[in-house]
Amino acid sequence: MSSSTTTTTSGVTLNPKSCRIKFARRFLRSLAQIKKQKLPSSSSSEEEIRMRSKGIKMAAYYSMARAVGPRMNWSRAFLFKLRNRVRHPKLVKKKKKKRVIMRSNKASRSVSSVHMDRGNKLRELVPGGKSMDFCSLLEETAHYITCLSTQVKVMQAIADHLSK
Amino acid sequence: MSSRRSRSRQSGGSRISDDQINDLVSKLQQLLPEIRNSRRSDKVSASTVLQETCNYIRSLHREVDDLSERLSELLATTDTAQAAVIRSLLLQ
Repeated sequence: MSSSTTTTTSGVTLNPKSCRIKFARRFLRSLAQIKKQKLPSSSSSEEEIRMRSKGIKMAAYYSMARAVGPRMNWSRAFLFKLRNRVRHPKLVKKKKKKRVIMRSNKASRSVSSVHMDRGNKLRELVPGGKSMDFCSLLEETAHYITCLSTQVKVMQAIADHLSK
Repeated sequence: MSSRRSRSRQSGGSRISDDQINDLVSKLQQLLPEIRNSRRSDKVSASTVLQETCNYIRSLHREVDDLSERLSELLATTDTAQAAVIRSLLLQ
């Protein structure tokens, strides 16, 4: 096996190929399920496509998180969030982001605080990022990016094949 | 002597974590198509890498959105039987 396996500092192996296959398997299975689902006939075809594309999107992220499994923080956080949303939909409130911007003059901010700012933006983009220390945030981000681009490639391949 | 050693160890300790962060940042940089090809010696600051990372994640999210829509449209017009075909295609 000459797969390009990389090991992160925490010893988590990252094999894009196996991830790809696991994701593709799960995602195709849920695509077939979504296809079978009958949406209320009252909805227009446009609305139907919109609803279904939402389902496909969720299925894609879910399939990837499942393919990765609980060994990474981000996938664990994602699955946890999703399960809570399914089980207790009322408890999960949509948080309106209140942003109080109190920026003093930029010159006074140190380099490290700029880092922290960027880190904070990253934290919002990586699932579970808010509770990670900076080092593991970087590690998890690297893994998350690899998985996301795999996800995009597989979805692209499926779409290309379907539109042939 | 001993005090100097302990001091050097202290600074060494903080350097390790700095090195670790630099290492992780450069690893992250390798994953970003925009700045992947610039060598470590080139001036790509850590904050640029982090900024680009954010942009890249956003663009990937957007791509997932677009592809979901495209797949949704395609599912309306194609047979399910093709899923099996694709599976065999992808898993070969």
